[in-house]
Amino acid sequence: MKKFLLAAGLLLVSQVVSHTAVAADDDAVVNIYSYRQPFLIQPILDTFTKKTGIKTKVVFAKKGLLERLKREGKFSPADVVLTANFSLLLQLSDAKLTQAFASKTIEQNVPDAFRDPQQQWIALTKRVRNIYSSKERMGDLSQVSYEDLASKQYKGKICTRSGKHPYNISLVSSMIAHHGAAQTKQWLLDVKANLARKPQGNDRAQVKAIKEGLCDLSLGNSYYYGKMLQDDKQKAWAQAVNINFPNQKNRGAHINVSGVVMAKHAPNHDNALKLINYLTSNDAQHLYASLNMEYPVKAGVEVDPLVASWGQFKEDTVSIAKVAGFRQQALALLDETRFDLN
Amino acid sequence: MTSSVKGHAATALAWCCGIALCVPVLALFIEAIKPGADVFSQMWDTVLVDYIRNTLLLVVLVALLSLCIGLPVAWLTAMCQFPGRKWLQWAMMLPLAMPSYLIAYVYTDLLDYAGPVQMALRDWFSWQSPDDYAFFEIRSLGGAAVMLALVLFPYLYLIVRTSLVEQSYQLIHASRIMGCKPWQSFFKVSLPMVRGAVVVSLALIAMETLADFATVHYFAVNTLTTAVYDTWLGYGSLTAAAKLSVLMLILVFAFIGLERYSRRKKAVFERQSKQDSDTLYHLTGIKAVMATGYCLTILFLAFVLPLLVLVQYAIDNFDVAWNEDFIAYAGVSFMIATVVALITIILSVVILSAQRHSNRLETHWIHRVPSVFASTGYALPGTVLAIGVLIPLTGLDFALNELLAKWSDWQPGLMFSGSVFAIIFAYVVRFNAVAIGAIESSFNKISPSIDMVSSTLGLGRFKLLLLVHFPLIKKGCLTAALLVFIESMKELPAALLLRPFDFETLATYVYQYVSDEQLENASMAALTIVLVGLLPLIFINRLATQESTEK
Repeated sequence: MKKFLLAAGLLLVSQVVSHTAVAADDDAVVNIYSYRQPFLIQPILDTFTKKTGIKTKVVFAKKGLLERLKREGKFSPADVVLTANFSLLLQLSDAKLTQAFASKTIEQNVPDAFRDPQQQWIALTKRVRNIYSSKERMGDLSQVSYEDLASKQYKGKICTRSGKHPYNISLVSSMIAHHGAAQTKQWLLDVKANLARKPQGNDRAQVKAIKEGLCDLSLGNSYYYGKMLQDDKQKAWAQAVNINFPNQKNRGAHINVSGVVMAKHAPNHDNALKLINYLTSNDAQHLYASLNMEYPVKAGVEVDPLVASWGQFKEDTVSIAKVAGFRQQALALLDETRFDLN
Repeated sequence: MTSSVKGHAATALAWCCGIALCVPVLALFIEAIKPGADVFSQMWDTVLVDYIRNTLLLVVLVALLSLCIGLPVAWLTAMCQFPGRKWLQWAMMLPLAMPSYLIAYVYTDLLDYAGPVQMALRDWFSWQSPDDYAFFEIRSLGGAAVMLALVLFPYLYLIVRTSLVEQSYQLIHASRIMGCKPWQSFFKVSLPMVRGAVVVSLALIAMETLADFATVHYFAVNTLTTAVYDTWLGYGSLTAAAKLSVLMLILVFAFIGLERYSRRKKAVFERQSKQDSDTLYHLTGIKAVMATGYCLTILFLAFVLPLLVLVQYAIDNFDVAWNEDFIAYAGVSFMIATVVALITIILSVVILSAQRHSNRLETHWIHRVPSVFASTGYALPGTVLAIGVLIPLTGLDFALNELLAKWSDWQPGLMFSGSVFAIIFAYVVRFNAVAIGAIESSFNKISPSIDMVSSTLGLGRFKLLLLVHFPLIKKGCLTAALLVFIESMKELPAALLLRPFDFETLATYVYQYVSDEQLENASMAALTIVLVGLLPLIFINRLATQESTEK
């Protein structure tokens, strides 16, 4: 017992020491705070390390990294933060936790619309908020719009995850950007009245529910369709639905992005820039497209053949900053309409 | 005179421990009294009332269910002889090792509309759509309550059972001799004697329920934790989130205080009396079958079935689920859990022994407060607690760096907040309430006369603790160690947010898949959480058998 305790104690001390020695001067490392699951980005980071010799270290959490960054202040070891949606990019830069970064490579690779004019953030990949529909029961819905979800003909037919999930909040924000708060509130009330069940589960779970006949329509991000088709168990769910790109007749489908910022006090600034440059390169963009079925931001990088098979579509070009500005209002509307409650 | 000086020293030490453990809560408290939380009035008008109702309902349901499951099991295994009692009495602890987010996932998979149970029913009765039949909606408040109760009832079981075993059998004998039926003696003698233990464990269960986010979120049940996260991450107001958290804490401690007040004049002290097979009720025939059957059913639902499903996942997805890395993660989890268990026990014993100081029925508030302070972390949602830990630790780091900058060029950076220290501190703060709860009920049973006799015989405070008290509270300490160890194995949100780079525990590893609703891919690691959590059970079981053979 004593030996065991001693060993545990020693191990602990070594852990503390090894983790305290945050390598500020070490030129071969870049430290990443990630809101995205490590298993999604690790292959890309591995290729980066292989190419440059720069090691990557990751802390992944879905909540609170912003607060941690704020508290750590000038001693923060973080160099870059990877996010899965644009609200976080703006929250980070609004909280003054980021620094401007730029390079020729980034300018060439990332279109203007996906770069912050103040150079505080860039987007890396695009994802569409699609409407999935039952192949069996719904027929052709290629002309469907987000507004249609409020139509009485879909009563009891719609499934969605929580309205307060970031993907849905940004969709609601974009509705406010296009229609104003009052109309969006009515839209939310009507959609809520059409729900087959209380919002629950994730985007995949809604497709599964369509397969099981619980509902006929659902909201979901584009890449899930591809990922489900690659999964033995979930293939059958995806095969039961059509993927529809909403609002093709007018403004186009709502786009969200994943992106990256450079932390204000990045101790390994140069390596961080190298990583960000790499993430916008053909290589990394291609990996993003093939591993996670996302749409690359870099023009000319081919999407995955499976994703390409869903066809071309029109994107909503409203500015990311404008949509993100309505986030709190969107949240307030979701509360006012009690969207997630019975 | 010297004794009273030492007494003061002990009290001071207890206060130091208590205050150190509630620093994170204090930090949040300070955050909470900052102005600016207009989010509230708007939430109050819209959803907050529902959240509060859901929270209260959930807490009451989980407490009641845990009581209904745990109390009979505790009483049966402590007081009755029936087939299987010997192994059931430790097997009933097994559900503890099952994290609530795993059991919730598994049961949703089994019982929701697309799950095998409902599919089989639809096939069998050729139902077509959800309108054709009514089925228990697993993703509901009721469902969440059942899930939480299934993994939390062992708290009540363990603490109450320890208390029942330690109770004086003479009293039961006396009541029986005076004509009480077994049931009457249960209600008139046993129950009042274990009331403290029941309340302590229910308080722990209630706090754990309040702090839960993973299960209720997964089940789409909106509670006050939802509001905490909405205000903080959605509306970007840590102040409002801190206000809500502090409000929840005050409520919990008001309840506990009320209960303590109501039994302030009652105290139960016992000398341990030997429990042997003569003192047990021997159940036979249908009663024995029912007793065994009841325990087995609970065990099956709370542990065996979810475990089997996990094994099934692991077999089906072996190629993706097997990953050598998680053996290393298991080592990290195990190490941290062990260290945290030891620290919490030492702290709790220090605090509680100072509390005994007064040798009176009513302890003075000055001795009472440290144990309350040291228990505050438990009712906070993990991520909120993590922020509470970050605030003072980063403050400490900054102060230290500034101080060092005056004398040298060396700046250690985030020595506390950026290292494993932060995680261990957070765990200790979070789980100390569990250790206090488990040890306190043992401590309270030691009659003050023992202390008096000891001090008459010239025993100092320290020796009293070491030679007299410690042997008497050993069982409580073991229970506490077990509970804290298992809790630490399962703990997720604090580790997730506070960890240094490339630091992975089993729970954080599993989480990245669970958060994507792909538990199958991490099923091996999930199984490992459960299995490593079981290790101390075996150890404790062996200790218990050794003890009984020594007797």
